[in-house]
Amino acid sequence: MYVSPVREPLISGEKSYSKVTEEIYAPMTGRPGKTWYAGLTLALIALMFGLFSIFVTVWDGIGTWGLNRTIGWGWGITNFVWWVGIGHAGTFISAILLLFRQKWRTSINRSAEAMTIFAVMCAGLFPLIHMGRLPLGFFIFPYPNTRDVWVNFNSPLLWDVFAISTYLTVSLLFWYMGLIPDIGTIRDRLKNGIKKKIYAFLSFGWTGSARHWMRHESMSLILAGLAAPLVLSVHTIVSFDFATSVIPGWHTTIFPPYFVSGAVFSGFAMVLTLMIITRKAINLEDYITKSHLESMNKIIIATGSIVGIAYITELFIAWYSGVIYEQYAFINRAFGPYWWAYWIMMTCNVITPQLFWIKSIRRSFTATFIISIFVNIGMWFERFVIIVTSLHRDFLPSSWSMYSPTWVEVGIYLGTFGLFFTLFFLFIRFFPVIAIAEVKSVLKTSAEKFIKKGK
Amino acid sequence: MKNKTYVSGYFPDDKDLIIAIKELQEKNVDITDVRTPFPVHGLDKVLKMRRSRLPRAGFIAGTIGAVIGFGFQAWVFTEAWPLNFGGKPYLSVPSFVPVTFELTVLFAAFALVFGFLLRSHLGPGADNHIFDEEVTNDRFQILLEAKDGQVDSLQESLQSVGALGVQLHEVKS
Repeated sequence: MYVSPVREPLISGEKSYSKVTEEIYAPMTGRPGKTWYAGLTLALIALMFGLFSIFVTVWDGIGTWGLNRTIGWGWGITNFVWWVGIGHAGTFISAILLLFRQKWRTSINRSAEAMTIFAVMCAGLFPLIHMGRLPLGFFIFPYPNTRDVWVNFNSPLLWDVFAISTYLTVSLLFWYMGLIPDIGTIRDRLKNGIKKKIYAFLSFGWTGSARHWMRHESMSLILAGLAAPLVLSVHTIVSFDFATSVIPGWHTTIFPPYFVSGAVFSGFAMVLTLMIITRKAINLEDYITKSHLESMNKIIIATGSIVGIAYITELFIAWYSGVIYEQYAFINRAFGPYWWAYWIMMTCNVITPQLFWIKSIRRSFTATFIISIFVNIGMWFERFVIIVTSLHRDFLPSSWSMYSPTWVEVGIYLGTFGLFFTLFFLFIRFFPVIAIAEVKSVLKTSAEKFIKKGK
Repeated sequence: MKNKTYVSGYFPDDKDLIIAIKELQEKNVDITDVRTPFPVHGLDKVLKMRRSRLPRAGFIAGTIGAVIGFGFQAWVFTEAWPLNFGGKPYLSVPSFVPVTFELTVLFAAFALVFGFLLRSHLGPGADNHIFDEEVTNDRFQILLEAKDGQVDSLQESLQSVGALGVQLHEVKS
């Protein structure tokens, strides 16, 4: 087995295969700690508050939101785009990095994919609530109906329906197929009992047969090949929601790549925020190491710089186009009434990630944690800036308006955090957070034991 | 039905496993199954497994998805419910691309996953026999099916290639 003389081991500590099983299984055994209960309670409270806010929206109508006739998309769509973006990191890690044979992904792909699924679930809620009447949500699906009409296949909003639902389904399949060997491992660690029966059911009868592994690998590779263009298509289509319209500030051909890199950027930031806490909380320091941090931060620099260039390109093209309305839209973004949102976006997204050029910052958990929070905030503001500042100066100055959210909109946003974290807390308790089998398969290229043996 | 008899032995490492399999093959021992905690590279070649046809299944299903996706949209906008968007053509191919693509991916993904599960006899409630619970932990197991009177010779040959924990299993079939 080839062992790189330059790279650090992917998994630190001298580990045997059974040690890996034991350590990743450990957080699932025994009674969960107080912090777990506290976190879950907090998440459930946020979720309840969110459900109450949704109830208020549906009961009293969309008038409970701060939207008006000029600004028809506010926090709701901002949050939708933000959550979908968060989801992109998981698929990027599990699919695109698989195709590029980046072995360091094995420590983080499982939890990042789980985040994808939870984030897309949160995102999907917003368009549904935004309709105002939840029971009519099925109107977006093309089905034969008594009204004798079909959905409008020329609308980017409908493309979104297909993109998001396909994305959720494929991510779920990919994630679960990756999980079954590990659920099998958990099943075999459990002694008889109801828990074992449940895991045996969930493991789909996994045996570890060489034939199954061969098919599993072949399936995973093709699924990754499908998921890679899929993840690019999802945020591309989300950006079409804006780019195909005629609003200055939205009508831009740069949107698809700009949105996709922004999505990966924010998604990686969210993965980092959560992984830095999780690795400490459940003692996975040997599996998620500084070199994982560094690799991820390098992707943050790359995508963050693409986002920065996109911002500047937009400004340049607005000036270069010679269209005064386009120019006004961008000058107004930076110096109009929402200047503060623009500059929060610029600082958080363009300046902070550049700190990662310094190696000590790139390899520091504390610094990365702080910067990842900045990026999360910055990317939320990016969507807010794009949506609200482009709308608030309407074509007719008599329609010019301002927007601020009501407690109901804030409540729904908090509620989606509640949903996300409730699911995440349950996930880290009941499923292996790290892909056990995949980590074992890269152990030899990484473990110190084997490096010593080779010398 | 008659019970089937299996002989199993395990190795602590994938390298030893592959060497042992090669030795067994030289002795013309039929290897029923090899079970490992993670995919071992090169194992499929050593066992002379046919390449999986899942990619082909995925391709076919993806093509069906694409045809259904495009065909349905084309039918809706030219036959069932033609809408005039500012005099643009009814068959507006570019705007059918996103949905066609999504359905291609969706169909292919379903075909791959269900193809994998059906072919491997895996699925909710599947009750495959597990010979050694440590296989999903750190054991690389070789499984040999024993016909009448073969038990002793198979056990011997497993032991001779260095297998640990050589055991006899009776499984109801």
